[in-house]
Amino acid sequence: MIQVRELKKHFGPKVAVNGISFTVERGEVLGFLGPNGAGKSTTMRMVTGFIPPTDGSITIGGHDMLEDPIPAKRLIGYLPENAPSYTDMSVQAFLEFSGELRGLSGDGLKRAVGRAIEMCFLENVRHQSVETLSKGYRHRTCFAQSIIHDPDVLILDEPTDGLDPNQKHEVRTLIRRMGEKKAIIFSTHILEEVEAVCSRAVIIDRGSIVANGTPRELKLRSEQAGAVTLRLVDGNAAEVSAKVRQVAGVDRVTVVSERPLAVRAFPQKNAGSDDVARAIGELAFKERWALQGLQVEEGRLDEVFRSITLPDTKKK
Amino acid sequence: MTNILTIAKRELRGYFSSPVAFVFIVIFLLLAGFFTFMVAGFFQRGEASLTTFFTWHPWLYLFLVPAVGMRMWSEERRQGTIELLLTMPITPWQAITGKFLASWVVVGIALALTFPVVMTVNHLGNPDNGVILGGYIGSFLMAGAYLAITAMTSAMTRNQVVSFIVAVVLSLFLILAGYPPVTNMLVSWASPWLVDGIAAFSVMTHFESIQKGVLDSRDLLYFLSVIGFCLFTTSIIIRAHRAG
Ligand SMILES: Nc1ncnc2c1ncn2[C@@H]1O[C@H](COP(=O)(O)OP(=O)(O)OP(=O)(O)O)[C@@H](O)[C@H]1O
Ligand SMILES: [Mg+2]
Repeated sequence: MIQVRELKKHFGPKVAVNGISFTVERGEVLGFLGPNGAGKSTTMRMVTGFIPPTDGSITIGGHDMLEDPIPAKRLIGYLPENAPSYTDMSVQAFLEFSGELRGLSGDGLKRAVGRAIEMCFLENVRHQSVETLSKGYRHRTCFAQSIIHDPDVLILDEPTDGLDPNQKHEVRTLIRRMGEKKAIIFSTHILEEVEAVCSRAVIIDRGSIVANGTPRELKLRSEQAGAVTLRLVDGNAAEVSAKVRQVAGVDRVTVVSERPLAVRAFPQKNAGSDDVARAIGELAFKERWALQGLQVEEGRLDEVFRSITLPDTKKK
Repeated sequence: MTNILTIAKRELRGYFSSPVAFVFIVIFLLLAGFFTFMVAGFFQRGEASLTTFFTWHPWLYLFLVPAVGMRMWSEERRQGTIELLLTMPITPWQAITGKFLASWVVVGIALALTFPVVMTVNHLGNPDNGVILGGYIGSFLMAGAYLAITAMTSAMTRNQVVSFIVAVVLSLFLILAGYPPVTNMLVSWASPWLVDGIAAFSVMTHFESIQKGVLDSRDLLYFLSVIGFCLFTTSIIIRAHRAG
């Protein structure tokens, strides 16, 4: 549905987006991650046709955004960063206006507005002026505007920004559910959100894609991924880690915490994490350690994020 | 066309849900009345015409019209709603036209509400109603030209005050270029054809000629081209702003 090729954007001498390419098909939810100023919003603004790219091409459902913007825009629902809306209108009037510009009218419009209000839980502020809404409600109003025409493509710039935990949960559920039938791009700074919602994620840094994969694949890049953590109710850190180090396939051992005791064993390059975990389990049984937990680490997205986007000296 | 109407309708609603439209209409009516009856001495002149009424319009509009139009695009930019509007499946041209027409309607309503003056002169004497109609048409077109200028200046900035001031200055130029005291002064050190050429760009010249009751196509063309030119420039400014 969404095809983006070699997208570039320069603001004067400044390069905001530097050659980004990706595709999103129906049924996919693509997460945009990246530090502040990475170029996520700029990319979205180009994909939605708000700003023209310096170079590159954008195709939405087969329509070129630059050559033939109207049919391309018709397929898109867009929630811009900071969720702007016409503050002098009531929630309902604002949604009706958006629906009309989307080509809805009469009964169809009424139904669409009702559905969007219901999906975004705006029932009790329906007739309230947007100006007097709280930040979270304004955000939801703008979100409602983006789904009013049940678009095939949804572009959401930080859709859960400013929402309370319950609403964050509702919006994530909504995005995941809509993601089954639509092509969705959304950006976020909340990494758990990526794991909960995305089928694929890209990390953008200084205008380029620096990592691309399913949340699971990305997590595997973490240093911790595949390490085995052993937790004991009590025990001597030095003694336990010395014994764990003897286990076949263990490369090195670190002590995560002393009390309660937790040690982490990193497998050697060619050793499987599961085998190491089994061997450590047997060791614990033989030594009659008071076992609290034994776990193969999946890796952590925040660690991957940090190691990729921080120009840190350790890596070099 | 539907899109233009949808946008115009929303804008009109915006004008009337804030005090902007009401304040403009009330002040316009008060000032128009004040200048016509108190300053120009409408009754004392003993003529059945609205010359004293229309004479003041270029000057009244100079401050009031930019006040109506100044929020047209600057507010969209300040609130960020321009990002919503221009990612809708509409052309920028439709948005520009819709917004412009809505503001023109507001001024039109104010102008229409001056009808008691027409009734008064008709009651007191036998005015030439064709001339009066010409005056209204000219006044409405002139307001349109000022509004188009304001649309242009409001697209330049997110600050309404700046857009107001620049619009007033530009409009003032268009008035002064054909304002007799100024042209008379210019004649003393520029060749007459140059002064006439400059005056041809002035709203004054064309407004006065329409007021005489002859709707010359050149005057009509003048106002429509000012409007067209300014709205076209608005679209270029908006495009340049989007491109960054
Ligand atoms: N209109 C503009 N003019 C000049 N520079 C701009 C403009 N818009 C964006 N930029 C620059 O482009 C870069 C990318 O900005 P962008 O808003 O895309 O970042 P982002 O990834 O969305 O960041 P955040 O996580 O803070 O939302 C920034 O350095 C920003 O300063
Ligand atoms: Mg952003």
